[in-house]
Amino acid sequence: MTNASPTSRETIVNALLALLLLGLPLLAFAMGEPFYITLATRIAVLALAAVGLNIALGLGGLVSFGHAAFFGLGGYAAGILATHAFDGVPLFAGIPGTVSMPVIWLVTMVACGLVALPIGAISLRTAGVYFIMITLAFAQMIYYFAISWPAYGGEDGLSIYVRNEFPGVNTTQPLPFFLICYAVLMAALGLFWLLRGSRFGAALQAARQNATRLSAVGIAPFNIRLVAFIISAMVTGVAGALFADLNKFVSPSMMSWHMSGELIVLIILGGKGRLFGPVAGAMLYVLFEFALGGITERWQFFLGLILLGVVLFARGGLLGLLAGKARHG
Amino acid sequence: MAEPVLEILELRKTFGALKATDGVSLDLRPGEIHALIGPNGAGKSTLIHQISGSIRPDSGSVRFLGQDMAGLDMAARARLGLGRSFQISSLAQEFSALRNVMLAVQARQGSSFRFFRPVMDDPTLTEPAMAMLERVGLAGRAQMPAAELSHGERRQLEIAIALALGSKAFLFDEPMAGMGPEGSKSLTKFLDGLRLEAPILLVEHDMDAVFALADRISVLVYGRVIATGTVDEIRNDPEVRRAYLGEAA
Repeated sequence: MTNASPTSRETIVNALLALLLLGLPLLAFAMGEPFYITLATRIAVLALAAVGLNIALGLGGLVSFGHAAFFGLGGYAAGILATHAFDGVPLFAGIPGTVSMPVIWLVTMVACGLVALPIGAISLRTAGVYFIMITLAFAQMIYYFAISWPAYGGEDGLSIYVRNEFPGVNTTQPLPFFLICYAVLMAALGLFWLLRGSRFGAALQAARQNATRLSAVGIAPFNIRLVAFIISAMVTGVAGALFADLNKFVSPSMMSWHMSGELIVLIILGGKGRLFGPVAGAMLYVLFEFALGGITERWQFFLGLILLGVVLFARGGLLGLLAGKARHG
Repeated sequence: MAEPVLEILELRKTFGALKATDGVSLDLRPGEIHALIGPNGAGKSTLIHQISGSIRPDSGSVRFLGQDMAGLDMAARARLGLGRSFQISSLAQEFSALRNVMLAVQARQGSSFRFFRPVMDDPTLTEPAMAMLERVGLAGRAQMPAAELSHGERRQLEIAIALALGSKAFLFDEPMAGMGPEGSKSLTKFLDGLRLEAPILLVEHDMDAVFALADRISVLVYGRVIATGTVDEIRNDPEVRRAYLGEAA
């Protein structure tokens, strides 16, 4: 054990994780192995989705079991806008589709915010298991809506024929697309870091630790949680748009409860509430999926064992093991 | 006589067959410490909860600074200046003592919807918070997580938080509970000076402290106020002696 304080050790671990995630695809590119670039992109996108959830779950203690809805909404925003642009058919009222990623992300954030507002406003009237169940119920409603809407593929999903565009970047190549995803992930981590240290973050974390205390100083926990839920949904939504671009395909399965569960698992594996917890969790998850998935179809059984180990013996997740217990200034 | 800061009128609350609050009326005047005493289960904490807004009364009214508190939740009442401490310490356990107080300073300053500036680099938060910790004698423990503070220190921290809110009236629910004799003595001295800042409704079992501090005492038994008066009046009230203080008092 070193004598370094946990905070500075965490900074070093974070920097190493960021470099590792950047270094892997660069190495793969140099060696002409595009598959590994795609693998790293998958890590970055799933980590981004989990960073979004980590705002609600990690900082606010809001165990949303419905974030796949926002992930899927982002995916469908990308798919639907691209399809209309590709076919040259206006969306509605003469508004054209688009293949521009920044525009898609903006539409995604607005859409996710508008959907998260009523879902949050209703769900946050409950707590604990009820909150988990009601967020799940909303997500499943949206999931079945997507399945039963034939205009955009229904159960079969929707293909994106050519990956959407980003100004000045050739997104059809794996490495530039990875770099876009990586940059968005870093921006989201920056946002998470700022939020956590801000007045809003202080109130949000206090709401998790002791909502009565927050009320007693005159801050209504509900409003704080609702805004956190909305920001959280927006970030996860952008990850969904990138996920659709990564696979050039979007389907209702992005919205299913499996996906919601996967996002929670990523956070628990990595360390909830920790800045780089979702990154560590996504790395572990995707590498497991890749390494064990090649050996057995039942790799999730082994993932389950690991999850059990983490919950029983390493509550702080991978970040807790590497960087020690989280401290608040 | 000065207008009361806090006025409770005919408050009633029942839980099933239990009349926890049975027509309680009392007031809190500027500059005074009004002690609320009574045996366990008399309904003291339930009354505090109704005043602070965490329990809704069945009937009756709570007026604070001339305003009816009906329909206002705990957060709204706190913003108006009703500061409370809890019978069982209620703190953000993972936050340091300093951050717990900073939260109150932040609430007093207004909006918590500020998303970017780091609170730890904001002297408008850290300095007033530190000053409050110094006032209650906790400055040396500022960086300690609330969970790691001693029982007595947590009570002090709760008071520092109430101070930081700039409260116009204090509701303290057994602030001496679990403190050693030294701690009780210094807290008694502290509360004695605090009444000049804002009046205090004090629920307390420590009779030495109550008799030393209180300008008036109300005695609550089975949800009813059986007597209100000065320390001497209460000491000599036969009904109080029978119901609560015991013949030895």
